[in-house]
Amino acid sequence: MQVRLSDLKLGETAVIEEVALPESERQLLMRFGFQDGAEVRCSRRAPLGDPIVYSLDGSEIALRVETACQILGARVESRPITDYSE
Amino acid sequence: MNQLLQTMADSTSQSQQQVRTVALIGPPNSGKTTLFNRLTKLRQKVGNYPGITVEQHTGVMALSGREITIIDLPGVYSLNPHSEDERVAVSVLNGSMDGVPRPEAILLVLDATNLTRHLTLAAPVIALGLPTLALLNMGDLLAGRGGSIDTVKLAGELGVPVAIVSATEGTGLDAVGRFLQQANEPVQMTLPVVQDVRECRRWAAHIARESAYRAPLPPAWTRRIDDVFLHKVWGPLVFVIVVGAVFQTVFGLGQPLSNALQNLLAEMGQKVAPFIANDFLRSLLLDGIWKGVSSVLVFLPQILVLFLFIGLLEDSGYLARAALIADRTMHSVGLNGKAFIPLLSAYACAVPAIMASRTIENKRDRLATILIAPFMTCSARLPIYTLLIAAFIPERPVVGVLLGTRALAMLLLYVLGFAAAIGTAKVLKSSVLKSTSAPFVLELPEYRWPTLRSIGLRLTDRGSVFLQQAGTVILCISLFVWGLTNLPLHQGQPPELEKSVVARLGHFIEPVIRPLGFNWKIGVGLLTSVVAREVMVGTLGTLYGRDPETRSMSLQAALQHDLTFSGAMALLVFFAFAMQCTSTLAVVRRETNSWKWPVIQFIYMTGIAFLGAFLVNHALSALN
Ligand SMILES: Nc1nc2c(ncn2[C@@H]2O[C@H](COP(=O)(O)OP(=O)(O)OP(=O)(O)O)[C@@H](O)[C@H]2O)c(=O)[nH]1
Ligand SMILES: [Mg+2]
Repeated sequence: MQVRLSDLKLGETAVIEEVALPESERQLLMRFGFQDGAEVRCSRRAPLGDPIVYSLDGSEIALRVETACQILGARVESRPITDYSE
Repeated sequence: MNQLLQTMADSTSQSQQQVRTVALIGPPNSGKTTLFNRLTKLRQKVGNYPGITVEQHTGVMALSGREITIIDLPGVYSLNPHSEDERVAVSVLNGSMDGVPRPEAILLVLDATNLTRHLTLAAPVIALGLPTLALLNMGDLLAGRGGSIDTVKLAGELGVPVAIVSATEGTGLDAVGRFLQQANEPVQMTLPVVQDVRECRRWAAHIARESAYRAPLPPAWTRRIDDVFLHKVWGPLVFVIVVGAVFQTVFGLGQPLSNALQNLLAEMGQKVAPFIANDFLRSLLLDGIWKGVSSVLVFLPQILVLFLFIGLLEDSGYLARAALIADRTMHSVGLNGKAFIPLLSAYACAVPAIMASRTIENKRDRLATILIAPFMTCSARLPIYTLLIAAFIPERPVVGVLLGTRALAMLLLYVLGFAAAIGTAKVLKSSVLKSTSAPFVLELPEYRWPTLRSIGLRLTDRGSVFLQQAGTVILCISLFVWGLTNLPLHQGQPPELEKSVVARLGHFIEPVIRPLGFNWKIGVGLLTSVVAREVMVGTLGTLYGRDPETRSMSLQAALQHDLTFSGAMALLVFFAFAMQCTSTLAVVRRETNSWKWPVIQFIYMTGIAFLGAFLVNHALSALN
């Protein structure tokens, strides 16, 4: 089932399926790794709930809710996201 | 690694052409400037958040008798620029930047702890076809946290030599020397379509896998610290405590040091006085120059304390967290959260802050940030703030030893400046500069220990800028003001202060500033402070030093004697708002490419300053 990244609970992971934003914004997000197939974990929220910090590719990147709710993905079972070796 | 370089060198050693110019390129915060400083022995600014370097810097590296020009560039995520700083980097690489030689070789600086993502940039950079050395920086962290990579395989995959280095520890850097001695074109490889970010990422992941990249464990400490600093309750609390501590230290530690320095300087003046026989010369040296310059010099301790804190915030990585906590505020006025980082750096000085706005992708957001940055309380306001607060506000504890009345007053002035910035942003963003923002994407760097060396360098650099300013601008203006206090000569004798040219000038403008609670001396100070804010203090030092009534007093005592409480508070508010800085005006002109914005900004800020000071003066006088 698809979820918005902004609806992920702390510690949950999703694989991105769609970035529903205009092309230039999509390009910008892509540079940080937000793109189809990327595995993203919701790692914490700023004190007031917005922005949200996501872990992907081993770095921590913050997005505002208004942006994160336009990124759709499928929830996956959490597993250590740092293991690239397999 | 050595072997690899060797074999590559052997195969083409006949076709060497000597490299004279080499550019450092890499994603933001990968350590390019740290490396640049190592190679060139220069001291460009380093810090632990993305987007510190926003223009190119060149330096020279000596290499076995040859001189090689090294160019440090702003960080880029791709060669497809979205913001002004990235545009600078890309035009330097293309050789289309005026006055900068086209690079003949490239040092590609990647963060080894983040390689899967950082390798994305390798494809477009290698595709430029220049001799390239890929430096996997932060090698110390990679090894320390159990990561590893097969550099020989990676070099094979990339078609360029690879070295693991640590710019902070200086390890592995001999590879740079060897590369520059015999730089080779990249071996032809199949690279992805370099315009397509998605393709590049897929390629990068593939390459990382092929070269057995094992990412290091996540930085456990960073996570633990963020559990507190970004906690719902503790986070904002820490934020407030940090800010409070800064101000309390400026007063608690800075003020006594500053008083000691003042006594020392005054005594030095008195010791020297009897040795100067000529009256005129003595007045020139002591009343004119020494009073003016030393009244500014005494603020050196406070400035250093402030910069110590700014250094700790920038080097540790807390700055990015502060931006995160404050994003809601930025959001509510319609500004991109990224604007908060330039605004924070404006606490040091508006000039680099305005430059730092180059990292903001949206043009209108960038302009709004440039226009509001000078409202942020820069360090040049510190002398006049501490002077007036110490003179007019008695010290009482407010929250135990944590916060006193003086620190609180200072804090309120900072809040006032910030509120003016935010209010102005709101007006601009809902009218002339309305736009949809580019999405806010902020990378949180891992925490790092600020090193004694980097903090020490910041303080010495800052201290010497301050001393230089005192020795040049402030000295000249003090001298000029002193000269005016001695004109017109009357039968070869200088006039009384009240009859001098400067008093006439002061009295001429007095009607305008009297409603604000200022006297003519303050007025003359304000005129000179258009050059730079701290000049005000120098001018007042000289004027009160020339006045027989206040000559023997400290500047603080002289002001108490000469200014009402409401006038002093009005003056503080005036300084909080007014645009009194020629360097800021010049940089706004440069960055916006027109005189229009600096002129509007000057009129607007001065207008608000007048209005604010007027209201405060009248409100407080009515209360008394
Ligand atoms: N542990 C470790 N830290 C490093 C190393 N190199 C740089 N750093 C730190 O990384 C941070 C960023 O360094 P900078 O040199 O400012 O990075 P930059 O690439 O110039 O950044 P931008 O100008 O923003 O693109 C600083 O806190 C440095 O102290 C390294 O080899 N090891
Ligand atoms: Mg840099």
